[in-house]
Amino acid sequence: MNPEGQGPAQGQENGHWFDDDAGPVVRPYAMTRGRTSHAGQHRLDLIALVLAEPDVDDAGAESLSPEHMEIVALCRDTPQSVAELAAGLDLPIGVVRVLIGDLVDEGLVHVSRPVPAAELVDESILRDVINGLRAL
Amino acid sequence: MKPGRPERGTPPVDPVTLKILVAGGFGAGKTTLVGAVSEIRPLRTEEFLTEAGRPVDDLRGVEGKSTTTVAMDFGRITLRENLVLYLFGTPGQDRFWFLWDELATGALGAVVLADTRRLEDCFAAVDYFERRSIPFVVGVNCFDGAARYPARTVRQALDLDPAVPVVLCDARERESVKEVLVEVVGHAMAQAADRRRAATV
Repeated sequence: MNPEGQGPAQGQENGHWFDDDAGPVVRPYAMTRGRTSHAGQHRLDLIALVLAEPDVDDAGAESLSPEHMEIVALCRDTPQSVAELAAGLDLPIGVVRVLIGDLVDEGLVHVSRPVPAAELVDESILRDVINGLRAL
Repeated sequence: MKPGRPERGTPPVDPVTLKILVAGGFGAGKTTLVGAVSEIRPLRTEEFLTEAGRPVDDLRGVEGKSTTTVAMDFGRITLRENLVLYLFGTPGQDRFWFLWDELATGALGAVVLADTRRLEDCFAAVDYFERRSIPFVVGVNCFDGAARYPARTVRQALDLDPAVPVVLCDARERESVKEVLVEVVGHAMAQAADRRRAATV
């Protein structure tokens, strides 16, 4: 397959990376213009839900990237958790958090329960969870 | 994604989301368990270790890579309208403990999946949840061909608190996994009741 050590294996020995070894062509944080956190935005919980504002007009948001618009499209009909959006866009959670922060600033989405609840969940909800699981 | 959009004009109620963690050693069956009950094919999210920027980032063994990613598999169960449960498989490697903190915050409870052939693999998870008083149950995944041990033996080997449930399960079987999850929620309720009692005394 790789006679006389030619090809990628040797390339790596020389410190060069080829193809997939080099990572994505566009580094994920390029989409956030290098930002790893969002000003004024808490670290969003993985199960915080993102909902598109009902009457948004997505034209006109010129500063937004295709990834931003994809998030809005994904959570237009059904609220999506931060984790689901990251999986749907195939982007790291950190990147998606920054993008969601931008969209909140633009008024295109809102986030339900952005940070985890500090207090225990209501007992009646826990009962609903048990009943729901049994009924699956 | 569900087709059709909700009726305009009806005030939307934000759904309640909850999470249960699934921990255990590499190959203990975490993703299998999630897949057995999830309404979606388990999804994978990734995070860069450099983004987390913690000093424990030990890259020995993966030299030649300046960053590494850590993946979490998760699934979703819609229990009723506006009540959604997410199951997160925690990263298998101990050195990613700092990601657990984020996962564990606000979690309803946890399942520690144990493989009796490598029981020591779940020590770290048991320790982690004990220290943070996160309600957990130990699910002994009964692999084909693995020696069956009574729950009592596993409890002793893991030195568990008597209140921690130990259940034998099959991570591939939906009914079995449902039972484990019901056990987690029941245990979480009991632990919450104990705490309330302790607080009023």
